[in-house]
Amino acid sequence: MTTVELLWNGLAAFLTLCIFSFLYKDNPFYKFAEQLVAGVALGYWTMLLYHTTFTDKVLFPIFQQGKLHYILPTIMGIMMWTRFSKKLAYLSRIAIAFYIGVGTGVGLPLYMYNYVFRQLQATVVPLNVSWLGFNSLLMVVFIICTLIYFFFSKEHTGAFGGFSRVGIYTLMVGFGASFGLTVMGRVALLVQRIIFLREYFIALFGS
Amino acid sequence: MNFYEKMLNIDRRWIYLVLAIAVILPAVVSFYVPVNVTPEVRRVYDFIEDLEPGDKIYVGIDYDPASLAELHPMAYAILDQCFRKNLRPVVATLSQFGAGMAEQALADVASKYNKASGIDYCYLGYKPYPAITIMLMGVDFRVPFPQDYYGTPLDSLPLMRYVHNFSDLSGVIDLTSGNTADFWIIYGYGRYFMPLALGVTGVMAADYYPYLQSGQIFGLISGIKGAAEYEALTGYKGEGLKSIPYQTASHVIILAFIIISNIGYFASRRREK
Repeated sequence: MTTVELLWNGLAAFLTLCIFSFLYKDNPFYKFAEQLVAGVALGYWTMLLYHTTFTDKVLFPIFQQGKLHYILPTIMGIMMWTRFSKKLAYLSRIAIAFYIGVGTGVGLPLYMYNYVFRQLQATVVPLNVSWLGFNSLLMVVFIICTLIYFFFSKEHTGAFGGFSRVGIYTLMVGFGASFGLTVMGRVALLVQRIIFLREYFIALFGS
Repeated sequence: MNFYEKMLNIDRRWIYLVLAIAVILPAVVSFYVPVNVTPEVRRVYDFIEDLEPGDKIYVGIDYDPASLAELHPMAYAILDQCFRKNLRPVVATLSQFGAGMAEQALADVASKYNKASGIDYCYLGYKPYPAITIMLMGVDFRVPFPQDYYGTPLDSLPLMRYVHNFSDLSGVIDLTSGNTADFWIIYGYGRYFMPLALGVTGVMAADYYPYLQSGQIFGLISGIKGAAEYEALTGYKGEGLKSIPYQTASHVIILAFIIISNIGYFASRRREK
């Protein structure tokens, strides 16, 4: 590590320890690191949006490339901001209506295809005598049981209640898998910082 | 207060301390943990491995620094495989904080194989509104990205001269920590039928397995375990494999806590009865 890298990594190590100090209790070091992250992120994001949206989509095309048709979406964008004026707020509805209309028109068929039809198609597959077929059968049974659990127009008693109970267990298995993966993800964040601190201190003091 | 009740009311800071010791332990005493490769990770590896030198592939770095721990190792391993195979990755980010990390990963791996920007790979940078950007990339990369990240017009780049839209690419590998994965499934696969694989954080993984089963994605790399599997396949020695002993030690402690607290819970319930 060069001296410059050591200094930057030293700052990163200090901020990491500031954040970790919250595990004991809230303190000024934690607050400093938290507010620094929020401030840097906000500043970075503001400038990024200015350059990638305003410069790229308004200034550059209209004033440098002479693409005058970009004026129309620019006007609609300005209309969005009229929400802050009581007198002109109605103008923002036109722009929002256009945005929702286009979004729904483009998205709805694709959402239906990807989230409904393809998933249904993958759920109801031909059964055969194999582990794969057994898995498919289990999946169909558990899906029906889960749907029964969410069917509230009939009391959950008797055989119906039994299926509903299987539905609860199915949901619990799903939540358990999600929880396990979440633990893995959260621990990974801690581990990455520990590895970073270890390598930094080895670079600083030697192994 | 009996022993079981004491266990259930233990100060959380003791748990943090024990977990911290468990995580620090592998830093002091190193040990090896084998990594088993799952079929969904192997399919991503095989897909890239089967491509011919010169083929172009899109790699999306759609995550922010908060997910760096899980997804950056995947990015390094995948880019390493691409450059080793002499593929030509086209890289972009649809996450507002991803631009710097994507450039870092590309620069690090490209310099290892002496690959040049614009010739052996192309970095397009960041664009907001992922759904619109994906749809426009399907029409022509020049619409959302008139220039690459360094301000060079795409037509001036030898690599991008003949790359116009998704039909000029072999597939998409999207490493993501947010809803960009959904946009890639809906628009990238659903509209343009691009072969799509995802690398996701552990938190997201369970939500994306249904798409694997339905064939909407051909592979799924989930969390740090997935990254370690990919590194094991490619032989790339990165952060994924390095973190597995730490991960294992902390999981053992968490499991122990779960078992102890459940014993405490059931024992105290039995006493109440």
